[in-house]
Amino acid sequence: MSRRKLREMAAGYAFLAPTILVIGIFTLAPIVYALFLSFHKVQLLGGISYRFINFNNYIRMIDDERVWIALSNTFEYAIIVVPLQTALAILLAAVLNSKLRGRNTFRALYFLPTVTSSAVLTLIFMWIFKTDGLLNDLLGFFGIPPFNWLGDPNVALKAIMLMNIWSTAPYYMVIYLAALQDIPESLYEAAEIDGARTLRKFWSITLPLLKPVTFFVVTMGIIGTFQLFDQAYIFSNGSGGPNNSTLTVVLLIYGYAFKLLDMGYASALAVVLAAIIMLITVIQRRIFGEEKLN
Amino acid sequence: MRVRTTEKRGFRIALRVIQYAILIAYAVITFMPFLWALSASFKTLAEISTGEPNFIPKEFTLENYKRIFIDEPLFPRWFLNSSFVAVVVMGLNLLFNSMAGYALARFNFPGNKLIFFGILAVLMIPGQLTLIPSYLILNELNWLNSYQGLIVPAAVNATFIFMMRQFFLSFPKDLEEAAEIDGLGRFGTFFRIALPLAGPALAAQAVFIFMGSWNEFLKPLVIMSEKAMYTLPLGLNTFKGEYYSFWNLIMAASMVFTLPALLMFIFANRFFVKGITFTGGK
Repeated sequence: MSRRKLREMAAGYAFLAPTILVIGIFTLAPIVYALFLSFHKVQLLGGISYRFINFNNYIRMIDDERVWIALSNTFEYAIIVVPLQTALAILLAAVLNSKLRGRNTFRALYFLPTVTSSAVLTLIFMWIFKTDGLLNDLLGFFGIPPFNWLGDPNVALKAIMLMNIWSTAPYYMVIYLAALQDIPESLYEAAEIDGARTLRKFWSITLPLLKPVTFFVVTMGIIGTFQLFDQAYIFSNGSGGPNNSTLTVVLLIYGYAFKLLDMGYASALAVVLAAIIMLITVIQRRIFGEEKLN
Repeated sequence: MRVRTTEKRGFRIALRVIQYAILIAYAVITFMPFLWALSASFKTLAEISTGEPNFIPKEFTLENYKRIFIDEPLFPRWFLNSSFVAVVVMGLNLLFNSMAGYALARFNFPGNKLIFFGILAVLMIPGQLTLIPSYLILNELNWLNSYQGLIVPAAVNATFIFMMRQFFLSFPKDLEEAAEIDGLGRFGTFFRIALPLAGPALAAQAVFIFMGSWNEFLKPLVIMSEKAMYTLPLGLNTFKGEYYSFWNLIMAASMVFTLPALLMFIFANRFFVKGITFTGGK
């Protein structure tokens, strides 16, 4: 190897050294470690010790009622939140994309919930939803009696859903807006000659062209719902209550790992969650975005 | 013909009205919770407890802010913890991600491709998988309940390494080559020529990393055990437990917490949008 090449290599690795170290120690090593933990019974008392138990942690999930509750909560959550937040994002983006005065101001305003911490959002929502809160006051004007929203297992998860649709939609709105601006004007002009009406144009030109973005937004939305934690934790003080109604997969993993200190089982759950999320990512990459990597 | 154009105009006006109605309605939906929280932070507890939905405080008071900053000894500390961690994490990311992105875009050496694909693979790994093992590793390093425990694992970010690589690839090499002929070494060229030209990409990164760190909940929850080491999200959560019915204090603390992220967003709105459209696969 020539001296020049050696120098280039030395410089390359020097520039990459911090990245290699941090990703090596705090991402790559933990992946291997997580797999290892998931096959062991882990004892933390007086130093850490491991006992190999084969697939037992994975088998245990089948009979763990809380796993199924968490999965069904996540499923219910995804099926309601993802379509609604996607539709809201498209609607807002479409309106912002027409040449209205003040649209940049509106776009910036909508962003407020997205930059606000989930802790703050959750507290504001809890305060509004509590029995003597703003929501019941406003409903009171219409003669609707106050309701204990937060204490009712049928409502608790829905309150979190509502909050997340509200805070996530503007994020996807920006992605749609960027995609809308890429659609060439000439396509619409051609349609105008054909006499297409505004709504027809939106339905038969815009929406089909947005398909790849929609696919991206939906998969990102699904992944996001699987990762739900902060809101559920703050809402329920980490318990997933009332009556397991806000128990999410990540909250379950957190509880097993850091409250019950059952790190082997918690790792097995994390491996399964990661497998689900990565499967969704791989499918998404396959269909969309592969050409963008290079 | 004439009838048709007026019909068309009528339709246009109706469309405009509907569009503005949607924009304004959604602005109200966005702002109402925040305004309600902001107004509560200036109300007395007595006024809050009456449960009247008045947005303008009858008795305007700064007492709540005074109480959280002066009577609550830990609140200023949490604010400092959050600021310190977010600023350091931001600085390290700007430096390390840019260096890595630059090396991947510009240097040709064995292992370059492999590292690049490694970083692309890391992009897919959800943080929940590495949470428990990272905790055990931090425990071995004796870094639990410490600033470095929160900062070091967050010091680089695969998404933004990828972004910086794309940025430098799209960027003409001429200036850097000229600098190298002038005798600036690799490091000199990077720090004096390439990095200053990467301003917009750095700004987008800075906003994202800062907000991410500022709002992070799960990692500090796992890593910090002592109350004095908490960051604001954790502190706010304890506030909720301690002052359960003192919503005036909780809302004042929430407003203080939101302000830095909000200011950053107002001043860097443009870069924020750029960052989203990038991470959105553009």
